[in-house]
Amino acid sequence: MSIADSTATVERRGTSSPLYKIFKGLIAGLFSITLTMVGLLFVTFIIARVMPVDPVLAVVGDRASQEIYEAAYKAMGLDQPLYVQFLLFLKQVAMGDFGMSTLTARPVIEDVARVFPATLELATLATIAGVGLGVPMGVLAAVNEGRWPDQLIRLVGLFGYSMPIFWFGLMGLLIFYGILGWVGGPGRIDIYYEDIVPVVSGMILIDSLLAGEIEIFWNAVSHIILPASILGYYSIAYISRMTRSFMLEQFSQEYITTARVKGVSEASVIWRHALPNVMIPLITVIALSYATLLEGSVLTEIIFSWPGLGNYITNALLSADMNAVMGGTVVVGAIFVGLNLFSDFMYKVVDPRAR
Amino acid sequence: MTTAPVKSNVPEKSGLKAWLTSDAPESRGHARAVQLYLGWLKLYENRLAFLGFLIILSLVLMAIFAPLLATAEPNAQDLSKRLLAPGTDGYWLGTDELGRDIYSRLVYGSRITLLIVGIVAFTAPVFGLLVGTVAGYLGGWVDQLLMRLVDIFLAFPKLILALAFVAALGAGIESAIIAISLTAWPPYARIARAETLTIRNADYISAVRLQGAGVMHIIVGHVWPLCLSSIIVRVTLDMAGIILTAAGLGFLGLGAQPPDPEWGAMISAGRKFVLDQWWVAAMPGMAIFIVSLGFNLLGDGLRDILDPKKSQS
Repeated sequence: MSIADSTATVERRGTSSPLYKIFKGLIAGLFSITLTMVGLLFVTFIIARVMPVDPVLAVVGDRASQEIYEAAYKAMGLDQPLYVQFLLFLKQVAMGDFGMSTLTARPVIEDVARVFPATLELATLATIAGVGLGVPMGVLAAVNEGRWPDQLIRLVGLFGYSMPIFWFGLMGLLIFYGILGWVGGPGRIDIYYEDIVPVVSGMILIDSLLAGEIEIFWNAVSHIILPASILGYYSIAYISRMTRSFMLEQFSQEYITTARVKGVSEASVIWRHALPNVMIPLITVIALSYATLLEGSVLTEIIFSWPGLGNYITNALLSADMNAVMGGTVVVGAIFVGLNLFSDFMYKVVDPRAR
Repeated sequence: MTTAPVKSNVPEKSGLKAWLTSDAPESRGHARAVQLYLGWLKLYENRLAFLGFLIILSLVLMAIFAPLLATAEPNAQDLSKRLLAPGTDGYWLGTDELGRDIYSRLVYGSRITLLIVGIVAFTAPVFGLLVGTVAGYLGGWVDQLLMRLVDIFLAFPKLILALAFVAALGAGIESAIIAISLTAWPPYARIARAETLTIRNADYISAVRLQGAGVMHIIVGHVWPLCLSSIIVRVTLDMAGIILTAAGLGFLGLGAQPPDPEWGAMISAGRKFVLDQWWVAAMPGMAIFIVSLGFNLLGDGLRDILDPKKSQS
């Protein structure tokens, strides 16, 4: 490379500040997200069209006359070519319109907004447990690599990966609710407490505190603690495993050796030198685990009769309520994509090397 | 492609071990045998992985010899003997709500589990391998297009996508298999693409290309073999997930249909009496747990054996 070339490079670097690069990355990210979202909508659309359900019958009922049926058929745009139907669908989705749910006779978007906080509440608590316990456990395992704490934590993780979550939940209910009576049963709250607290955030733990209803708050806690622990266990298994391998990677780096040679205490090496570097990839892991919990709660929600998004989508599927299925799936997919974008973005903000 | 001539000087039976541990293999087959044997030794040394291997082996044997192992017909009902506790009347694991022997149903259920896992664990990786290697090898717009497709599938939550596919295809074991395969292939495509990118500019690939080999010939004959070990590890680790997803679909009533003794569906049936007759739901869950644990233990061990980078640390 000649001198002229290298000065040109320096100049070019000078004009593109880190912020500019982040911004550029964000634009590129948004573009690819848009493409992914359109693809996601397309797959959902195709699935809904393949479903052996007549969407017109679902609206007009099976006693409607031929004329009404035809009119509804036309009104729903079903006489148009498939790509026109897809564009119409895109247009509606862009305006936040997923149609009416045949099961609840309400707009799907309202239904989703109503059930989503329950899922969010559950997944958030589980993630807090996963980070709070999983990260220290991963560090402990890495520090004791190959010794019994490492083996034990690995086994705890393997158990988590191997247990069918719906069975785990069922056994949890049997032991802690049926036999020991330590926790509240299925549902978010005891039935006589329902509809007392005004809905603000939709999350009962927060709403009951806002309303000053301590008794209801504790009742809600007794209901959420078991499903949140069970989901949290899976989160712990995943996060501790990833933390362990990230930490081991750091321990083999030279800067750790340097710190040790300088006489830095082992605790300081672990918590002040290695862990901050591990936090960067951990953000991705935590975001991914959070997204998985929002989805993985489907089976847990069914076992615990938890009125969340997973329960809603499954019920809609089983009763062939296509609009609800499409709406719910798109929302979950969008959250997935969003969290991925967020973690990519955070990655670049925190780690200069990734820009 | 020429195969090396098989030499006839294979040592006598006493020298089999020496032949298997030889550090100067005489043919391609010999080299492969040595590699397999050394891998087997490593697996044998890793106690947990070997335990996993034994669990999977028992599962396979159980599926093959189900008629011999079962003590009753899996679907034979006897309403006078419904919901018996484990151990009564020779029903080792008790009976379910229709008086069917839970143990025998579990034994026959292993066939369904193996069928689902076997088909998915074959189709999904092969499809993923094809997409990933083609994308990685060809690059350009083909790569862009295929990887965008992978991203879309990855963006969907797996279980919900599988649910939607089953709903579209109609409940049943075939739909469950198709749905799980459709949700399982994208990670393999990612892995295969990454591997392909590292080897597509290797000299031996250029050499094959200069000899006039076609694109598909290079991909299948010269790129695939190098991607295999990472794919195999991933498949073994994924099998537990496949079992859990299949059981989840069965639990929701979307997988195998009654009266098939599918483990997930059996838990679903036992859910109604879990507080009084716990064994109806507990036993099939144990079976699922043990089998997935077996696959996870084996997968963990295989990763150490097949991935030299990780086994050194």
